[in-house]
Amino acid sequence: MKFAIVVNEGPYNHQASDSAYQFVTHALAKGHEVLRVFFYYDGVLNANKLSAPQADDRNIVKRWSQLAQDNQIDLTVCVAAGLRRGIIDDVLAPGFRIAGIGQLIDSCIDAGRTVVFGD
Amino acid sequence: MSDATETADGLVTKRFLYVNRKAPHGTVYALEVLEMILVAAMYEQDVHVAFLDDGVFQLRKNQATEELEMKDFSKTYRALEDYGVEKIFLEKESMEERGLTPDDLVIPAATIDRKQMTELMDSMDVVLSA
Repeated sequence: MKFAIVVNEGPYNHQASDSAYQFVTHALAKGHEVLRVFFYYDGVLNANKLSAPQADDRNIVKRWSQLAQDNQIDLTVCVAAGLRRGIIDDVLAPGFRIAGIGQLIDSCIDAGRTVVFGD
Repeated sequence: MSDATETADGLVTKRFLYVNRKAPHGTVYALEVLEMILVAAMYEQDVHVAFLDDGVFQLRKNQATEELEMKDFSKTYRALEDYGVEKIFLEKESMEERGLTPDDLVIPAATIDRKQMTELMDSMDVVLSA
């Protein structure tokens, strides 16, 4: 199965980002394909490399970057939602890129299933 | 899940449903879903929009947002038709629970009951909610 993933909430504030990460890692382990993870609303904050959680906590931003590096996953941040929240190229963690909503629509079209994480 | 259709020139058209469940103000979801729909409308997909739960308030006429220092984007829903977005659905029970009637709304929309709403969702290829 080809999946398109949408993350609608920011890291730490909400479990959506954790659930999406768990879903993606397990889907990949089962041999599925993840076409893209698209970050919208406060979800764009998952891309902020300035995030500095305490040492004994999971590092959500780094974890996404590592996932992208290890599996060539496309992590796309919505440009409009990002601008509003200060997520621009200067603060983008490795593996993330900024693009438009069209990237979300494209992955929904190409995927067999779109899974949204949020409320 | 319905089958996506493919046109002669190889373009795939899917049935997209945008689900609005949140009040227009208090959180940014309503505004950002609307922004998403307006962009998505350019992609030649079969776009549907649903309003349920507090989402039905998004279409309320006479929103007075000045004191909230929020943009009154309710007028933008009227532009949806110009963007080719005409399949708009409101959940009957959500309307009734909140004392709203079709006369209270900024645009006309088909009112369907909760069971029909689940059937609508079932018939979609992609459901994007907020």
